Amino acid sequence: MSTLAHVFEAEGIATVALGSIRKQIEGSAPPRGLWCDFPLGRPLGKPGDPEFQHRVLDVAFALLNTTEPVLAEFDESIPDGGDEMLACPLPPRHDPDAHPAIDEARGLLAAYDRGVEMSDGRFGAGRVVAADDIPAAIEAFIRISEGTPWAEAGIPGLPMRVSHDIRSYYETAALAMVDHAPAAWASTRWFLDQTETGKVMMAARQAMQDQDAPQPMWFYLTPGDR
Amino acid sequence: MADSDIKALTEALPGESFETTAFTTPPPLADATVAIVTTASLHHPDQDDFAVMDTGYRVLDDSRRDYVTGHWSPNFDGSGFAYDMNTVFPVDRLDELAERGVIGRVADQHLAYAGNQFDLSAIRMDSGPAGAKFLRDQGVDVVLLTPV
Repeated sequence: MSTLAHVFEAEGIATVALGSIRKQIEGSAPPRGLWCDFPLGRPLGKPGDPEFQHRVLDVAFALLNTTEPVLAEFDESIPDGGDEMLACPLPPRHDPDAHPAIDEARGLLAAYDRGVEMSDGRFGAGRVVAADDIPAAIEAFIRISEGTPWAEAGIPGLPMRVSHDIRSYYETAALAMVDHAPAAWASTRWFLDQTETGKVMMAARQAMQDQDAPQPMWFYLTPGDR
Repeated sequence: MADSDIKALTEALPGESFETTAFTTPPPLADATVAIVTTASLHHPDQDDFAVMDTGYRVLDDSRRDYVTGHWSPNFDGSGFAYDMNTVFPVDRLDELAERGVIGRVADQHLAYAGNQFDLSAIRMDSGPAGAKFLRDQGVDVVLLTPV
């Protein structure tokens, strides 16, 4: 992003760059940078809090008054302790013959549809796998976790993108089941640590690594620190 | 899993280095036209999604609010944008600043690029300058850059 700041300034447009990673914004040194110690994915800090977002913008735009390059720091951090998890109900078993992850995903479809409506379609499945096809996509990862070679498991697209759709399906459903803005990463932790499909994805990722799949194929199935 | 752990994975990735720092002095903010340029891979549903390593940009119409995220990286929280688009793309906040006269006006069009690039040379040499020219031709004076 800082590259764009340098390029735009050279083309005659003044810029203010927000940055969430201190070393990155220090190293790339945009002409006017504001480091905000906020979680990745939330450069304005707090969803649903216009007052806080305006505070960020006020500080950012004040940097336009400087006469030389500047890197400033926003005066409030939003820490992530790494343990906050969404308290979100999961559907009861409906089809005892189905794999628990498949049964679970099918049971979340109505919540997913509500989540799409709530978020005006900004977030969700459908980039490579439509919501109705999410259970079938999960089946491919179940097969991998049970020993099928990853390239023969029938993943319906680039693994990282299919995985992204599955995670987004769950997190969108979760959004419909809570009445507040979730803390950063809380819905991701819920997906990976509490759901049957999360367990499948973690197991499939490990299986792909054990099968010597190319690193990008398995690494980007989940956030990188997993 | 903690946000700081994920930041630690990416903080040492090398960026482009610039021998000099270009610096443009804008008009007074109250007279300026302001656009947002985000690296969140946003696009309208009827536009092409971003491919992996896509170095192009998408033009986002300010009069619409149907922005969807096309970022493929798993290393950011998406729930904030899902709950409130202004967490990433603060167009409503800019509208409020314009109504209060803090900024001159909000640009009619904004831009989105895809972050998480390993080779920035195409953005530096091609799509970056092209995007800047596009905005300059719209009369944009100031750009707010937002990542995810």
